[in-house]
Amino acid sequence: MATASIPHAATATATATRPGNRALRRFLRHRLALFGLVTILLLSLNSGLGPLLNPFDDLYIDVMHRFAAPFGDSHLLGTDALGRDMLARLMMAGRVSLTVGFVAMIISTAIGTTIGAIAGYYGRFIGAALMRTVDAMLCFPAIFLLLTLATLVSPSLTTITLIISLTAWMEVARVVEAQIRSLRERDFAVAAEVMGASDARTIFRELLPNAVAPIVVAATLIVARAILLESYVSFLGYGIQPPVASWGNMLNNAQQYLTTAPWLAIFPGAMITLAVTSFNFLGDGLRDALDPR
Amino acid sequence: MASYLVKRAIQSLILLWLVSMIGFAILHLAPGGPLAQFALTPGMTDADLKRMAQQMGLDRPLPIQYLEWAWRLLCGDWGNSYRDSKPVLSIIAGHLGATFELMFASTTIAVLLGSWVGVLGAVRRYSLFDTLATVGAMIALSIPTFWFGLIFIYIFSVTLGWLPAGSRFTIGDGSLLDYALHLIAPSIVLGFVTVAIWSRFMRASMLDVINQDYVRTARAKGLPERVILVKHTIRNAILPMITIAGLQLPTLLSGALVTETVFTWPGMGRLFLDSISYRDYPAVMGILMCSALLVLIGSLLADVLYSVADPRIRLD
Repeated sequence: MATASIPHAATATATATRPGNRALRRFLRHRLALFGLVTILLLSLNSGLGPLLNPFDDLYIDVMHRFAAPFGDSHLLGTDALGRDMLARLMMAGRVSLTVGFVAMIISTAIGTTIGAIAGYYGRFIGAALMRTVDAMLCFPAIFLLLTLATLVSPSLTTITLIISLTAWMEVARVVEAQIRSLRERDFAVAAEVMGASDARTIFRELLPNAVAPIVVAATLIVARAILLESYVSFLGYGIQPPVASWGNMLNNAQQYLTTAPWLAIFPGAMITLAVTSFNFLGDGLRDALDPR
Repeated sequence: MASYLVKRAIQSLILLWLVSMIGFAILHLAPGGPLAQFALTPGMTDADLKRMAQQMGLDRPLPIQYLEWAWRLLCGDWGNSYRDSKPVLSIIAGHLGATFELMFASTTIAVLLGSWVGVLGAVRRYSLFDTLATVGAMIALSIPTFWFGLIFIYIFSVTLGWLPAGSRFTIGDGSLLDYALHLIAPSIVLGFVTVAIWSRFMRASMLDVINQDYVRTARAKGLPERVILVKHTIRNAILPMITIAGLQLPTLLSGALVTETVFTWPGMGRLFLDSISYRDYPAVMGILMCSALLVLIGSLLADVLYSVADPRIRLD
């Protein structure tokens, strides 16, 4: 394959910027971002309002109808090992997983922005100390850190969201630190300082508003990451606890029924992939739109 | 060169110190601290706990406790597992091999396949292949590894019956083929995300090189495109990838944990999960510190190798 492409290599650099293809790429990129946005809205609507329209309760156990195959008579997406309606569970799980994603994003963005801003603004020893701590935190593989923290708390929606936030803020801190460090040398920042603005005012009113674009991009990608991390801990049994459903813990027992009821594994994973892909597409599109580089 | 190495080593030592501080903090964040395990034992009174805390030196000031803990860590005394009282370090050593085997196999796949996708994507920039590779990489990064593993088992083990569904070998069958067959599925699943990351970085690195003057000179003097691509472009583009390989270690270790769970692979990830379900704090802490150490060493090694491979690099 590689050899076949070589005769074209010379022309490839010449045609690299062929306007038609580039436009197609941009268009596709924006298309994908749009796809992401629409999917996120649909998923949120589906999880928020869907359970009101679905006649089945997500916690109702019906042992007479265990393992009903999807697209059957009454249960659209089938039932699980306890005869609970899969569609109802997927919708309620969506509420949990999306909530964890959004709230963890807000908390970790707040932590990351604060620490990054302090480190970037004060620089020197404080900055170095904070950023080296960020480096040290990043030495721990995310899931190892997350699972260790999960053993220290009793699992609930609140604690899981909190510990995910605690393991996801470092990237934002790096982004914000770099931004603030370069912005604070600019004329307007120096002017604010000369006019006697307090440090807090300079940071929050002058510097941070100029760093919103990269923060928004990073925050969008954190939602994707948080949903993924929640699914990992819940799948491993240390996240959201049954009977409350999350996309991750629905997959918890799916492996043992893989031969007989594969839909138990397929649907929740497809939902996670769909949600995470959407947020990643949206983040990538936002980066393209907001970041001129 | 020497001064760069010294500088980089000092940086790593500072990071190591911070890593150990974080580890120590987590250990003491545990409700009940390191004694949490014993507090659950029926019939344990507060007086007993207090006496134990005194015996274990937990009533001393925190800085002193930290120094002692860190010193024992340095000496290789990582405590004994609650489960079977074996030294934590030797338990970890017994499981590292399986994890390294898996990581090595999946990285090989990622480097070969990822480089190919990245090079082709850069050479035919903005082509259909490149666009599909970009979108595909993004989707690959969004699929939960454990779910991909489950689907993989469903297709290749349950439906087609081509590959074993898990574990490292069939008991009683010691053939090399058996080992290889068991390695295929988990290493593809673990390598999936790395292929995506590797191809993106490889593409970017190729694009940095592809328009350099010396590539144009090579073309101008009439070298065949094949020679230019292999000897001038790829050779230079692959150098910075050494650093990327070092940076991938945390992701790879996290992925290994999940992959090992799905494929019942007897590595460090599985050991970690087993230790967690037993609330075996010394083992949990040991594995956590060990993984952070591996990451630290990995990034240091990558930087040093890179500076050896590319004499132009003199970072300060």
